[in-house]
Amino acid sequence: MKPTNTGGDAYYHKVVDCQWACPAHTPVPEYIRLIAGGRYAEAYMINWKSNVFPGILGRVCDRPCEPACRRGRIDKEPVAICRLKRVAADMKDDISDRLPVAPEKKNGKRVACIGAGPASLTVARDLALQGYEVSIFDNGKAPGGMVRTQIPKFRLPDSVIDEECNYILDLGVKLELNHWVKSLKEMTDGDQWDAVFVGTGAPRGRDADIPGRQEAAKHIHIGIEWLANVAFGHTTTVSPRVIVLGGGNTAMDCCRSARRLGGTDVKVVVRSGFEEMKASPWEKEEALHEQIPIINMHVPKEFVHENGKLLGVKFEIVKAEYDEKGRRNLVPTGEPDVFMECDEVLVAIGQENAFPWIEKDIGLEFNKWGLPVLDEKTFQSTLPKVFFGGDAAFGPKNIITAVAHGHEAAISIDLFCKGKKTADRPPHAFTLTSQKMGIHEWSYDNQVSEEERKKVPVKALEKTLKDIKLELELGFDPLMACSEAERCLNCDVQTVFTPKACIECDACVDICPTECITFTANGEEDDLRGRLKAPAKNTAQDLLVADGLKTGRVMVKDENICLHCGMCAERCPTGAWDMQKFYIETAQAGREAPRT
Amino acid sequence: MTYLAKPKLLRPDTPKNALGYTKRDYEGAISTLCAGCGHDSISASVVQACFDLDIEPHRVAKLSGIGCSSKTPDYFLGNSHGFNTTHGRMPSVLTGAAMANRDLLYLGVSGDGDSASIGIGQFAHAMRRGVNMVYIVENNGVYGLTKGQFSATADKGSKSKRGVVNNDSPIDLVALALQLGATYVARSFSGDKEQLIPLIKGAMRHRGPALIDVISPCVTFNNHAGSTKSYDYVREHNEAINRLDVILPKDKITATYAPGELRRVVQHDGSVLCLRKLGEDYDPSDRVGAMNYLQERHALGEIVTGLIYVDSTGEELHRYLNTVETPLNQLGVAELCPGSEALEALNESLRRG
Repeated sequence: MKPTNTGGDAYYHKVVDCQWACPAHTPVPEYIRLIAGGRYAEAYMINWKSNVFPGILGRVCDRPCEPACRRGRIDKEPVAICRLKRVAADMKDDISDRLPVAPEKKNGKRVACIGAGPASLTVARDLALQGYEVSIFDNGKAPGGMVRTQIPKFRLPDSVIDEECNYILDLGVKLELNHWVKSLKEMTDGDQWDAVFVGTGAPRGRDADIPGRQEAAKHIHIGIEWLANVAFGHTTTVSPRVIVLGGGNTAMDCCRSARRLGGTDVKVVVRSGFEEMKASPWEKEEALHEQIPIINMHVPKEFVHENGKLLGVKFEIVKAEYDEKGRRNLVPTGEPDVFMECDEVLVAIGQENAFPWIEKDIGLEFNKWGLPVLDEKTFQSTLPKVFFGGDAAFGPKNIITAVAHGHEAAISIDLFCKGKKTADRPPHAFTLTSQKMGIHEWSYDNQVSEEERKKVPVKALEKTLKDIKLELELGFDPLMACSEAERCLNCDVQTVFTPKACIECDACVDICPTECITFTANGEEDDLRGRLKAPAKNTAQDLLVADGLKTGRVMVKDENICLHCGMCAERCPTGAWDMQKFYIETAQAGREAPRT
Repeated sequence: MTYLAKPKLLRPDTPKNALGYTKRDYEGAISTLCAGCGHDSISASVVQACFDLDIEPHRVAKLSGIGCSSKTPDYFLGNSHGFNTTHGRMPSVLTGAAMANRDLLYLGVSGDGDSASIGIGQFAHAMRRGVNMVYIVENNGVYGLTKGQFSATADKGSKSKRGVVNNDSPIDLVALALQLGATYVARSFSGDKEQLIPLIKGAMRHRGPALIDVISPCVTFNNHAGSTKSYDYVREHNEAINRLDVILPKDKITATYAPGELRRVVQHDGSVLCLRKLGEDYDPSDRVGAMNYLQERHALGEIVTGLIYVDSTGEELHRYLNTVETPLNQLGVAELCPGSEALEALNESLRRG
């Protein structure tokens, strides 16, 4: 194998698995250390800079970081990263003097954002800080988009959304609510806007088109529309017997909301098996915790009604069969259909994009799935001044992805407005700093905690089921937060190896608790992976290979299971190993492109 | 300075041996030796050897004297019996323990000061009596604990860290052991675990006195140019005569060798020492030849490593003294103290003789 190039930010960034997995690349270990130290406001600001909505995401993020967490590979469960983020948001003191201010002198460029969801708000923040005049248009009553309308208040209170939207609006961003943009052409014609950002999400709920749908329409609701009505207080009650169709997070929000609005017999019925359901595992857990049965492998066949009055739903029982290519087919088992009685049905079987307000003849192309044709990196459409982001760009994903899109789109808009090429992306900023303070002293806590993952305390179920606005989770208290934070392995503190200094004494090999260091003859990657002291089976994680040793061997380190305990560096007599903190902030609008 | 214990977290695919133990179960306390000390590699090799041989930790007694080397038993086999004796007296304490209970595996750990200076008499007599033990000398050529004076194994003409030249002739413990009747004699290097681990395993399965002289660089006082026990010097002058694989009776033999390439030695317990020849023809069963070879190579400035001599038919002290097989702690009062009549009878028999 060729020796690893550890210059630049590419290699070490991938070692920080949580940060690498986060679409917005939030510096997770850095803010977790600050939480352990009780420095909540600083932890919050690192998050705010990177993911814009720490309080919101600390409650409802899809947490791509947690399955990636290295702790999960050597312990039962990963670090509770998401709920630690909430700790920073909840426990911080006043941060007003830490927030940046928009320049008083504007740069004369005007940008319109359509939709007031997380993608648009991110674009608005990044650009307002660069002196842009940004206006956001939304047909709703309050900013936040889907975050506001679809996530029940018992998971995410309005106060949290208000606080974090206001940080952005306070930068001088104009917000036009109850404003339905009915034509993109009107926005792009002329020079009233230098650029337009479309962040309108995936606003259309998929319907269940089966017999009885039209006749019983009064009792059958589209999940996301129903949730929006609940969020704004238009819907305050539900019938006692409710069936929720679908197995995603929206379905989980629907069933749990129904439980709180008077549903006494609420159940979720899903086509797929329990494991394959799209809902996050913790959301399924919450539904089960609220005594909501989840019935799997049932496909809805008919809404049974009597003169338009819904009696229940008929289901066909299926099983999963896999073809040679591993694709799943749901085939009927032949068992008799099942009839379940109910008074109301909530349909939460998916969302779709819809752009009825975009004219077909203005040069903006759409692909066969009805999504805009975009440059995957710049989010620029075929109409150069129009950019997309969030669910509107590549279909429904999640909030943190929308934020990441927003940052990238803001960079593109900034470049575009300055007349530069949108493809020339600005560099990420990173530092690599030794953490050595003494022979056995490091400026991070290198003792690996053996604590188990903490469960977030919740309010009593009977109390929370009575009030749909009462937040269920209490969040960690400071001691729990500190203990959970200590579980972080500090994967951003890198094991940096200098072959020139190595005397090949094997001290690092002998001390490494997970045997991830090997000195051996070089070979091809597959061969080398099998020959290591502990075979490196996770091919998704790159090996650190260094040559230039006196014996002609190579040093190979499998990053996959490294605990970042620093013992290799402590036992190294020559300082060939050092623990160095890699801190990376991904590029945002306004950062200068590299000089070429 | 704080020394953190190794985290207990294990990777999910951590291998276990036949007893269900992981390698970590054979470790001891965290080492407080200097970073980079060769002794730590020897400790790691002992851990690996015991793991590979499925040794029950409580069936091992590790004994040592005084010195950096003699501290190391604290850093491996934390669940075994241990005895830190006075300086140079490990062999006699070990002999006594072995006499009292022959069921344990006796591992003597010593250094060049402990064995070649203050304890050389003890070393010599343990070898010549044929005590059934593994005797590991962690040999770095200096007195590390007293700031790096030459030890008795330092080569003549080698230089100390401050530039002083050693004028005394060195003691070669391997040569002494050969001469004194050890039946398993090896030399190795702490920086070459591939060689060292099988040598320890072979010694642990050997019956009789087994000496392994391990050159183990002292990073603090003896790892400079001019030293003959530095990592660089040993790597440059290392002449390995063979490579050992220890095959246990339960193991399947998978490797195949060309005829003449391999020598097999079957030990008392059925384990097989497979010796792959490196370089010229060398016969590890020829004691006189081994002594000559050692001297020749030493004169050329080479360090001979590998299994230098093995006699799998040799006997050991218990046999010579015709001791009781049952450990003394398992004998009852009647056997241990047969009474005044038996004593009288014994005395009488001696008088007549």
